[in-house]
Amino acid sequence: MQTDKGPTARMRLPLHWLGVAPFLIFALLFLILPTMNIVLGAFRTPEGSFTLENIAALSTGTIPAAYWISIKISVASALLGCLIGFAVAAAVVLGGLPKWIRGPLLTFSGVASNFAGVPLAFAFLATLGPLGMVTVFLKTQLGFDLRAHGFNLLSFWGLTITYLFFQIPLMILIITPALDGLKKEWKEAASILGATGPQYWRMVAFPILFPSLLGTFALLFANAFGAVATAIALTGSSMSIVPILLFAQIRGDVLGNPHLGYALAFGMIVVTGIANAVYIWLRARSERWLK
Amino acid sequence: MNRIWSWAALTFGLVYFALPLIGMAVFSLKMRRGVYSFDAYTKVLGDPRFQETFAYSTVMALFTIAFGVLLVVPTAYWVRLKLPGLRPYIEFLTLMPLVIPAIVIVFGYIRLFNTSSWLPLTGTAMGTNLLLMFGYTTLALPYMYRAVDTGLRTIDVATLTEAAQSLGAGWTTILAKVILPNVLVAVLSGAFLTFAIVIGEFTMAALLNRPAFGPYLQVLGANRAYEPAALAVISFAITWVCMGLIQLITRFSKHTKAAR
Repeated sequence: MQTDKGPTARMRLPLHWLGVAPFLIFALLFLILPTMNIVLGAFRTPEGSFTLENIAALSTGTIPAAYWISIKISVASALLGCLIGFAVAAAVVLGGLPKWIRGPLLTFSGVASNFAGVPLAFAFLATLGPLGMVTVFLKTQLGFDLRAHGFNLLSFWGLTITYLFFQIPLMILIITPALDGLKKEWKEAASILGATGPQYWRMVAFPILFPSLLGTFALLFANAFGAVATAIALTGSSMSIVPILLFAQIRGDVLGNPHLGYALAFGMIVVTGIANAVYIWLRARSERWLK
Repeated sequence: MNRIWSWAALTFGLVYFALPLIGMAVFSLKMRRGVYSFDAYTKVLGDPRFQETFAYSTVMALFTIAFGVLLVVPTAYWVRLKLPGLRPYIEFLTLMPLVIPAIVIVFGYIRLFNTSSWLPLTGTAMGTNLLLMFGYTTLALPYMYRAVDTGLRTIDVATLTEAAQSLGAGWTTILAKVILPNVLVAVLSGAFLTFAIVIGEFTMAALLNRPAFGPYLQVLGANRAYEPAALAVISFAITWVCMGLIQLITRFSKHTKAAR
């Protein structure tokens, strides 16, 4: 868009900036300053001087275990979300299924990826909880006791399976355009050169899709890592993952040191920040192939 | 062979997504022993706490949408018109709420706007409501900005502005009568998504101690058996309606066709 209007426009340059001032002030007050406050707090003693002790204290008590289980759940749900979401999206885009499936699938994915939080936990409790539909069905009809076989919704696998409900649709929504971007000509060219189906996937399609796949993985990871509501509604506070620990800390200083709370929050920003940086960088790389 | 695998993948997906939805629907009907009934729904809908919290969250959602539109539309418009060089930076800012978890943002709010700070928003109920609205606006910012910016891409902002100016329109008139109607579909998409996010939001409302629908859901879930399932069904229906409306208005509009 042409905006250069000569010297008179340049004279009024400061006025141009006034147009975005409300937005910048809003972002500063309600996004940047609050975050900076936490980040700086993580490096401060209660008296206000600089310290690394809060960060070091992250390796004490239940905190490392909380980070570890959080990261495990996020990796597992992101990985499975990527795999299953990819399989479903590939089936619909490339697998020769009827064309009409695509529209409803994408609409449903839009709904399901937004159906997170507390209600999602209720849905899974009603299905896989102690009195849930599937649990009861397996027990009474097939004589298979899920709980006796070690399955518990309030566990690593329980949370992972629940998180998949918003992870898979998100993957479908993001990867479908990437699969659309795979041109028919590439497949034809590969097969003319004698490539088999698997060879085409391994040597042509997969390297092209790889940045999108890895990038989406990073996004799904961050998505699961920051999820608070589902976890709390599902487990109460019985499972010590980082968001729940931080929630309890903000509510009532369970760690007994406010600045340790800042460090905990700072750790979360670092983890999701890295994941998102990977996503943004890889998405920029993968967009070369998609027009 | 290929097709069999495709059907298998799709069927697996369908089963995984259908089971929890059927599970919650069936469970919500089982309150009366032995028969299916709508008891859980009547009980929940008649609960004054439900009505209060749901009304509160609805009002918050509407205010968030109004404030979000007032904040985002002029900014996105202005950036496209006068400061295109700034666009990547603004876009980056709007994506930040996806990077910083909501719980960290609200933690910052509690520290920054507490009663002994320079802007003691958490001191009064009204101030906290305001703060919560700003928080929700922040959460919805990535979606709202993206929707509006995509909408603006499909119209010729500069020409429209010059045409309006040559007819004597001021900035407010241009925004309200020329730009907004042209990006209305995009704004509505953003608005419905905002509504879907705000109505069940838990973390911010719980930590700011506001009587919103999300915290009510969580408390109910910890204490009751069948009512939560009924509420989950209602929440799913609300999400579905919001997304359905987005699809509908997008389909019935000419402007966004080029963008999607």
